[in-house]
Amino acid sequence: MLTSFILRALDRRTSIVLLVILGIGILLPVLNLATDPSSPFHVPTYVLTLLGKYLTYALLALSVDLVWGFCGILSLGHGAFFALGGYGMGMYLMRQIGDRGTYGNPILPDFMVFLNWKELPWFWTGFDHFWFAAIIVLLVPGLLAFVFGWFAFRSRVTGVYLSIITQAMTYALLLAFFRNDMGFGGNNGLTDFKDILGFDIQADATRGALFFASALALAAGFWICRAVIASKFGKVLVAVRDAESRTRFIGYRVEGYKLVVWTLSAMMAGVAGALYVPQVGIINPGEFAPANSIEAVIWVAVGGRGTLIGPIVGALLVNFGKTWFTSGMMAEYWLFVLGSLFVLVTLFLPKGVVGTLMAKKDRKPAEKPIEDVVAPGAAVQAAE
Amino acid sequence: MVDMISRFKTLLATLALVVLAAIPAAHADDLKPLVDGLGKSGYAALRQAVGALAATGDPAVAPILQSLSTGDLYVRKSDRAVFAATKAEDGFKLTDPATGTDAGTATSGEIDKIKVNNAVREAVTTALGSLTLMSPDIAKRRLAAADMFRNGDPAQISLLDQAIAKESDAGIAATLQLARAAAVLKSDQPDADKIAAIHVLQTKGGRDVLGQLTAIEASSADGAVKTAAADALTSIRGTLKLWDGAQNILYGVSLGSVLLLAAIGLAITFGVMGVINMAHGEMVMLGAYTTFVVQELIRNNAPWLFDWSLAIALPLAFLVAGLVGVLIERMVIRYLYGRPLETLLATWGVSLILQQAIRTWFGPNNREVGNPSWMSGAFELGNLTITYNRMWIVVFSLVVFAALMLVLKRTSFGLQTRAVTQNRPMASSMGIRTPWVDALTFGLGSGIAGIAGVALSQIDNVSPNLGQGYIIDSFMVVVFGGVGNLWGTLVGAFTLGIANKFLEPYAGAVLGKILVLVFIILFIQKRPRGLFALKGRAVEA
Amino acid sequence: MNTPIDSTKVAHAKAKDSLLYLDGVSVSFDGFKALRGLSLVIEPGEMRAIIGPNGAGKTTMMDVITGKTKPDSGDVYFAGDTDLTRMDEASIASLGIGRKFQKPTVFESHTVWDNIDLALAGVRKPFATLFHRTTKAEIARVEEILETIRLTDKRDWLAANLSHGQKQWLEIGMLLAQEPKLLLVDEPAAGMTDAETAETAILLKEIAKTKSVVVVEHDMTFVRDLDVKVTVLHEGSVLSEGSLDVVSADPKVIEVYLGR
Repeated sequence: MLTSFILRALDRRTSIVLLVILGIGILLPVLNLATDPSSPFHVPTYVLTLLGKYLTYALLALSVDLVWGFCGILSLGHGAFFALGGYGMGMYLMRQIGDRGTYGNPILPDFMVFLNWKELPWFWTGFDHFWFAAIIVLLVPGLLAFVFGWFAFRSRVTGVYLSIITQAMTYALLLAFFRNDMGFGGNNGLTDFKDILGFDIQADATRGALFFASALALAAGFWICRAVIASKFGKVLVAVRDAESRTRFIGYRVEGYKLVVWTLSAMMAGVAGALYVPQVGIINPGEFAPANSIEAVIWVAVGGRGTLIGPIVGALLVNFGKTWFTSGMMAEYWLFVLGSLFVLVTLFLPKGVVGTLMAKKDRKPAEKPIEDVVAPGAAVQAAE
Repeated sequence: MVDMISRFKTLLATLALVVLAAIPAAHADDLKPLVDGLGKSGYAALRQAVGALAATGDPAVAPILQSLSTGDLYVRKSDRAVFAATKAEDGFKLTDPATGTDAGTATSGEIDKIKVNNAVREAVTTALGSLTLMSPDIAKRRLAAADMFRNGDPAQISLLDQAIAKESDAGIAATLQLARAAAVLKSDQPDADKIAAIHVLQTKGGRDVLGQLTAIEASSADGAVKTAAADALTSIRGTLKLWDGAQNILYGVSLGSVLLLAAIGLAITFGVMGVINMAHGEMVMLGAYTTFVVQELIRNNAPWLFDWSLAIALPLAFLVAGLVGVLIERMVIRYLYGRPLETLLATWGVSLILQQAIRTWFGPNNREVGNPSWMSGAFELGNLTITYNRMWIVVFSLVVFAALMLVLKRTSFGLQTRAVTQNRPMASSMGIRTPWVDALTFGLGSGIAGIAGVALSQIDNVSPNLGQGYIIDSFMVVVFGGVGNLWGTLVGAFTLGIANKFLEPYAGAVLGKILVLVFIILFIQKRPRGLFALKGRAVEA
Repeated sequence: MNTPIDSTKVAHAKAKDSLLYLDGVSVSFDGFKALRGLSLVIEPGEMRAIIGPNGAGKTTMMDVITGKTKPDSGDVYFAGDTDLTRMDEASIASLGIGRKFQKPTVFESHTVWDNIDLALAGVRKPFATLFHRTTKAEIARVEEILETIRLTDKRDWLAANLSHGQKQWLEIGMLLAQEPKLLLVDEPAAGMTDAETAETAILLKEIAKTKSVVVVEHDMTFVRDLDVKVTVLHEGSVLSEGSLDVVSADPKVIEVYLGR
């Protein structure tokens, strides 16, 4: 059942996208490791790490698009799931430091020694094991999303109300993680990582492997999303987006559908966060900032919501732009650009780059069934 | 302690001048033997002599004791008579301490300085306090009575009894009773008297009594007194808790007024028009920066106007923020009506642009906005301390709220606004220029945010991030109170403010805030349309 | 609400042979009484037209039956013994009550085919739909319905591109796909041309052969075409009931509705 569900989604377009992502995932690390730094084909390690970060952003964008583009749930709090996944991985990496911290304490991470703690809090147990952290990375964002969604969808909180309480959720977590006595490193977060699975986290080969892992996760995320969207379940999601009460009167319990896709999306965001942390080398409460979550939404909007390639393209485009802009003379004007992007895209490019291109291609008056481009347009019943 | 003594010195210096002029000479003769008593050797004897002088209750004693404690009294070796002495060309110039009359001169060998130690100084202070009890000046008596209460010296009981009998002012008499009770508790009087004294203190209550009774409770042996003290303590602590509660409510009201100010503009743009304006916080920030600019101009050009700076900033902030609001509505929001999620994103973009614009112009750091004199300081009400700026902000928030209500309910503009938001096509067909009303209504909401910025500049850091801190709270208030209902916003703001402050002592500031957020999240899910929801087909369509 | 407890049982007994049974249903919104003690009985296989001026409570009545609005008081029973006031929209729909909105509501970004496919009776649970594969029987059923609503040649069109009348029909087709026992149809002829209206009446009569249908309508010509028992609502309760001729002759009806 599961295999057929997954394999069914593997049409030509999907296969090409998957091959491209995986191809890049292999090619760039190889160019980094196997070529001489003087070679024109050489990819410097910092570029590899930067691009690896973008890939995790792309996965985050994909998870936002799954709920927003296909089910009409605009989340302004996906950064929370991303950050929780990141903290899960960060805690594992902290445990790997062992007695190599500044204080040389074999049991406690530096910040706990600094706070004069005597023993490891209970919720840190188990993070010595990678498999445990890996489970947490999926479980904790999934659980939070499930509980949050169970309340929200059952009482039919929709549209902007939902958006605002997702924002409040990530804001509350931001405040909570800033507290030292939460046991997650407070303001400074978790950093100074040394190893991952026994490999030096700074080594080029590890960086390459992390890059590949990010590409793999993105490809897997894309494939899963494609399978979900192609199924009858996916059609119900779009139906909910277009006409929620109609869907109810046909007999679908909408809250169940929202809950499943919301939780799935949160878990994807968690994985993205977990891959992000070892590549940037730090996780701190700033990742919970509402601004981060909203920025992820704009990646999706730029690329094109309601398409699966759109969010990936959008995340890459905006972040390339950000890196290019903030590294130059114009650094302090970046917020002008980002702000204008929000305004201009919503006003003039509501379908995003990919959505607009695809709509042009499919302009022939809809003679064949349109597969995955479902123009969101004004039909999105936002504040019902 | 040191502070108190120095305060008394200044007090007594003035007192001395007044009293000296009025002393009858015959009186002074009566004092003479007692004054000479100060010349006896030994600190114990000295303290007794001070007590004896004080017991006369004669105001003329005050300057003598004052000179004693400052070390200006000397004893003449030949006849052990006591004089006040000042350094002169050849030795010392003597004066009679009681009358102030000249008493010749002496060489430094002929007289000895009367030395005092801390115990003596304390005795002097107490004695002076008791003496002032007889002063004809009410203010001085009041101070002295309060001081007696604080010290509670058993030696003064009889003096206090005299003072109580003579006292005509009810307030001072009450304080004297308290002082007497405090003194009794430290004396070795019978338990019944002590218990009566505890009851006297209990009715007064307050933190100072709490301190005294705690000491009594700890030091006395088991028995009726200890029990009475313990009971009194429980009762006082209970009362204090009530006061603490009142103080929390006050803090809550203050926070609530801040929330109200921040949310009230949003109640119009979001609540009445249904526009999600994520740049709302930046309108508040613009108001605060307008205040800063106004104050800068005044500081440089007309410093005497400074107390009026806020009054000048208010209309300007309304105009600046309102104008920016109208621009945003005309350039962005009007294309997005009926698409709230897109509006949310676009206005978020606007907020980023505004923040960066202010950062580029004014720099990223906090800007100094001063408090005019009438906004500084604090006053006390019962056991509560209220700062003027907080109080004015509460008043101001209510005034703004009332004014807005008036505009919406009583003016034709308000009528048009309500008409447009309820039924746009109908309003339009009746000749209302709906785009115009949209722009003005949005301008009004933004302008009010600007006004809020003027007030918030008085209690918050004025930085480009100012608005960010308010946006989520404002939305919470509006949503909690019920969208489209201004009264709901009012109730919502104060409820959340007070809830926040009541949670803080138990959970700490941050956790308290988190709890409130979690509460609202749960609340919205229970009542998705807020506290004062409109029901019916109209809102569900 | 002064209904004693055992009267519920009486109501229950009376509801026994009916398909839909409403007794003393009241709903108010902020003091405005949308329904006041509305009582209505629909027999199995019956077709009923409901008319009434604006604000008579027609739409609110539909909301109560389909679970969108909970009544303040009164009983609503389906098929004799199912209490509809305790169920949500999805479960009521699964019981076999289909609803067509006043404004045609279809899934605009789905194709005509997918619209029908989604409405098809069958899987409704999230995980079941996730792994569902369309069966031959389902394909046949969708094709059959497309034939009935005359949209076979538009099967791959996005619903958004259909004309207003076609959307109305698509929605009726979706109702048919649900295989309901009772259809609630809100102003099916609104915004249609005369020819479309006549055809819609024929379609509904066709459907009524196998199912109970409740039609809310303003258009008197259309109601006359249907030629069924008519219930007149006014201010939230039943004003008159009977054949169109009987109702039209009722002086109360003439006063509030027809006479104006």
